[in-house]
Amino acid sequence: MKLLTLSSPHTTRSFSTADVMRLVILALIPGIIALTYFFGPGHLIQIFIAATTAIVAEAGILKLRKRPIGFYLKDYSALLTAILLAISLPPYAPYWVTIVASGFAIIVAKHLYGGLGQNPFNPAMIGFALVLVSFPVPMTTSWSAPSELLENGISLSEALTVIFSSRESIDAFTMATPLDEYKHLVAISTADEILANPLFKGTEQSQILLGWEWVSAGFLLGGLFLLWKKIFTWHIPVSLLVSLILCSSIFGWDSDTNVPLTLHILGGATMLGAFFIATDPVTASTTHLGKLIYGAGIGILIYVIRTWGSYPDAVAFAVLLMNFAAPFIDQYTQPRTYGHKKAVRGLAKKD
Amino acid sequence: MTVILIAVAALVVLSLIFGAVLGFAAVRFKVEGNPIVEQIDALLPQTQCGQCSYPGCRPYAEAIAENDEKINKCPPGGEGTIAAIADLLGVEPEPLDAEHGTEKESAMVAVIREDECIGCTKCIQACPVDAILGAAKQMHTVIADECTGCDLCLDPCPVDCIDMVPVDTGLQSWHWQKPANLIATDKGQAA
Amino acid sequence: MNLITLHEFKGGIHPPENKEQSTSLPISTMKLPEKLVLPIAQHIGAQSKPVVNVGDSVLKGEIIAQAQGFVSANLHAPSSGTITAIEDRVIAHPSGMSDICIEITLDGKDTWTEIQGIDNYLEADASELIAKIQASGITGLGGAGFPTHVKASVDESKIDTLIINAAECEPYITADDMLMREHANAVIKGIEIIERIVKPKHCLIGVEDNKPQAIAALNEALKNFTDNTFNIQVVAIPTKYPSGGEKQLIEILSGKEVPAGGLPSDIGILCQNVGTCFAIYKAISKGEPLISRITTVTGEACRQPQNFEVLLGTPVKDLLSATHTQLEQVNRLIMGGPMMGFTLEDTNTPVVKSTNCIIASSKQELPDPAMEQACIRCGMCTEACPAQLLPQQLYWFSKSSNLEQATAHNIADCIECGACAYVCPSNIPLVQYYRHTKGEIKQANADKLKSDRAKERFEARLARQEREAAEKEAKRKARAEAAAKKQAEKKATEAIAPATSADAPAADLELLQKKLDAAQSAVKKAKEKIAAAEEAGDSDKVALLKGALAKSQEKMKEAAKAIAEAKKAAKAAPATTGAAAVEMTPERMQNKVDLAESRLATAKKRLEEAQANNSEQVDALNTAVEKQQARVAEAKQALAEFLKQESAAPSVDLDALKQKVLAAQTRVDKAQERLDMAKQQELDTVSALQTGLEKQQSKLKEAQDALAEASK
Repeated sequence: MKLLTLSSPHTTRSFSTADVMRLVILALIPGIIALTYFFGPGHLIQIFIAATTAIVAEAGILKLRKRPIGFYLKDYSALLTAILLAISLPPYAPYWVTIVASGFAIIVAKHLYGGLGQNPFNPAMIGFALVLVSFPVPMTTSWSAPSELLENGISLSEALTVIFSSRESIDAFTMATPLDEYKHLVAISTADEILANPLFKGTEQSQILLGWEWVSAGFLLGGLFLLWKKIFTWHIPVSLLVSLILCSSIFGWDSDTNVPLTLHILGGATMLGAFFIATDPVTASTTHLGKLIYGAGIGILIYVIRTWGSYPDAVAFAVLLMNFAAPFIDQYTQPRTYGHKKAVRGLAKKD
Repeated sequence: MTVILIAVAALVVLSLIFGAVLGFAAVRFKVEGNPIVEQIDALLPQTQCGQCSYPGCRPYAEAIAENDEKINKCPPGGEGTIAAIADLLGVEPEPLDAEHGTEKESAMVAVIREDECIGCTKCIQACPVDAILGAAKQMHTVIADECTGCDLCLDPCPVDCIDMVPVDTGLQSWHWQKPANLIATDKGQAA
Repeated sequence: MNLITLHEFKGGIHPPENKEQSTSLPISTMKLPEKLVLPIAQHIGAQSKPVVNVGDSVLKGEIIAQAQGFVSANLHAPSSGTITAIEDRVIAHPSGMSDICIEITLDGKDTWTEIQGIDNYLEADASELIAKIQASGITGLGGAGFPTHVKASVDESKIDTLIINAAECEPYITADDMLMREHANAVIKGIEIIERIVKPKHCLIGVEDNKPQAIAALNEALKNFTDNTFNIQVVAIPTKYPSGGEKQLIEILSGKEVPAGGLPSDIGILCQNVGTCFAIYKAISKGEPLISRITTVTGEACRQPQNFEVLLGTPVKDLLSATHTQLEQVNRLIMGGPMMGFTLEDTNTPVVKSTNCIIASSKQELPDPAMEQACIRCGMCTEACPAQLLPQQLYWFSKSSNLEQATAHNIADCIECGACAYVCPSNIPLVQYYRHTKGEIKQANADKLKSDRAKERFEARLARQEREAAEKEAKRKARAEAAAKKQAEKKATEAIAPATSADAPAADLELLQKKLDAAQSAVKKAKEKIAAAEEAGDSDKVALLKGALAKSQEKMKEAAKAIAEAKKAAKAAPATTGAAAVEMTPERMQNKVDLAESRLATAKKRLEEAQANNSEQVDALNTAVEKQQARVAEAKQALAEFLKQESAAPSVDLDALKQKVLAAQTRVDKAQERLDMAKQQELDTVSALQTGLEKQQSKLKEAQDALAEASK
């Protein structure tokens, strides 16, 4: 009988990092289904490209770093990064955009900073931001029109052709996102005029979008599932959405001059960002108060960049900007330890 | 021409103003003494062993602060002390200079084999912290609690009756080891 | 049911309880083991000191180790037998180290020593009750093992609430649960004793709601105390680990937090474990010291998990065999619970006062820890931490050995409950990191103290060395000064009495003699010159030369006088030194004579040579020879004179006395004259002159007497 000598606790919950990652991937499924249903198979193809690139890049860099490849690949973190990146990218972006974004996310944004857990910036968003600033044309023109607007929808072969070889037929089924569209049109038109556009579904405010609201609902569902599974706490998504809603209500109440609230919440990547991107634990703030500040910061930045910036969507930049601030926020939002009168603020000073 | 003159005049005025400010600051915020010596001295292990080739920790601290002496000459302090001083001075930590000795794995303490001691008082004179007790022709003994493990008493002993023994890790000083930083392998086992 | 408002502590986890396995059987008593091994340190505080020797026989309940100081506890023999060893044995400690243990080989009779409880203990004085608890060696049975009498010795006015910790939140452990089910009355009576001591306003028994039978039993027992004067209330609290932590239980029941670094009594609360209450009851009512406790033996390798009333010192292997444990299945043997207990390496480890559970777990039950993965900062640990710390920050600080930041982030407030490590998806052994860091901080503080002391000693040594060097220098200086002073003094005395030194007068004499010689020769030369001038008829010159001659003659006279005086002084020197002087001087003079003679000889020789050669130098040499001859003569004369003086010394004395007498006579005469004059002129100085005359006359008489004596 050989007895182990170990420090307590001797029992642990059988819930690993890989389980966390798998749950998050699982929670993305409703959103991905909605995306595929409304915008064709583009996202699935992008997920495939991004995932392959990410796994190859991860394996290669682990080999270079002389780390066990199997052990680290099994944590699903590279796959999750790839999926998040792929569903953020335009569905019919050319394949090389996705490869560059995915490879950059894994190699530079993740492993050059020390690998899982060490990266200060969200790798998926770094990849996204890189291609957005490097290749603005494919990044803004590869969004699909909702399949409802197309006669036959988008077939797999069409999607493959557009992504991998000829981009001649792309104009047939791509158009800007509703958020982008509205933003550009609102300068010259009234809300009613904009909503007459086929991209928006009539004049009813509650149903202004074609498909996007379902995609957002899908991500919201997945997010609520993760919340229920206690993968993350409510703080970041709630403060993000609340701050975005407040900004939109205060500054953009007039839908004739500003993008309306519903579009902010349901169009674009708000839900994906609130529940899946901003909550990435590695790069987010970790204290409760810190999470509230972090989420609110992202919400405000999203509104600011969407309204006064020139990018179609702002989640990536807002998240990255707050990533910078997260360690600092953490230092100044520590909880009050049991039995202490005051919370610790900042790092201990050297005398 | 006027423009140039104005520019020159402006620069002169600015330099005077800033010079005055700097001068004032130099006087107003003048630091008394040399606290950096104190700070370095506080980081040194105070074994007073002289392995750094200075006669004690403070002279070494002074040499570091004033003469740009290397910070890697303190074997009793080892890597920890080097890192701390490097951090304090904002320089790169260097590996311990083996010329001055190597870091010991555990704290050592001198023990006199008392039946062999001839009572020559040489070790008493050598001990930098007065941790050896005894008188001429009387057996000497080390006050273990005060011994810094500096080895300075070994050489003077004419009968070689002093041993350096590791400090006993008793129940009182025992604590958990840091978890081994295992490198995972594909089998999920430690390599 | 609950009359008080419950509060919730932050964090906490819900691990599988695994309690039902060991509650199916009642508490049983083990058959007596062969030997008991009792570590002398089973409590927090000073080690107790064995008061028995090997070979002594002891009875059950007899004291075998005495507490040392107040924060310490007695140890009693759990059964009767013989002391067979007092030596280092493996003790119940996570390090698996050894410490001094007392081994008792039991005789199997289990004979009690004489014990005496306190009658009517509810009327007894608090101090009497505390003394009894102290004598019985009772320590906290919940885990930490703090001596109970220390805890009970608080200012009674401070305690508002007594909290009885019966939460038993750790999985597997059912010792308190079974105790309450079976001994509810005794527990309540024990609580009453504590209330008698600290007099709280009310008492709350906190029990997790997963022990309904225990709660029922306690409530049933409370009904027997119809008046319930002690205001005891059983409170069911929600099951959540670690609700049984003292601080957490206090927060649940009172909503207050124990201040960091403080004690529950700071907020008016005293917390006691339910098992301790039972032990107190036994000690006070029956006088039984703490010699046994209830311990759960469970785990998948146990065939018959149950609770035992175990004698302290019983080896764990006896418990395992009593539960028919499959030893080969045991992968991890844990003393305590799965969350905070520690693993044992040796089944000979004895049960001690704080052993509430033994878990013999199989590999399936508690698998080996999985590989540690990277922290993804998921924050689950933060959510689980009951102390509201930031476990992952502490982990980073621990991993990088940043003790300063770890301290600043309150690592000291970590209760090591293990909730963070339990939830960690990356399998990071967080608690081990914290324990290591806490140990390092303790070590660093100790090292700091030691290095400060070393520095102080080093500086003191330097100061001492400096002082010693200074003292040495000062002494050396003082010695040198003293020597110089002595020298100076010597010189001074010599100056006062030159005769004391034989050399000085001799030298003086020589010098004077030379002067005299010079004067004499000058007189001679002057006379020659005068003669020459007279021959030449230069009258002016003659007058001048005569003046010079007079001067020279004067000088010669002075010199002669000085010599005479010096010689006189030399004679006046004390006999001894005088003798030396006498001895020395003639020799020298003789030498001088010899020297002069030899010089004369050489001069004569030279003269002869010159005469033979008809040299021009003949005249000059002639003078030289003459000079030398004169010197020889002088020297001889001086010697002769000296020798004569030597022999004539007494006569000289007589002469001096005679002179003195004559001088005195003259003075008397003069005084007489003046007196007469004054009398004639009838001056008022007559009386004064009369006295002066008398004085002179007496002096004369003295001199005459001295002369008479000397001439005898």
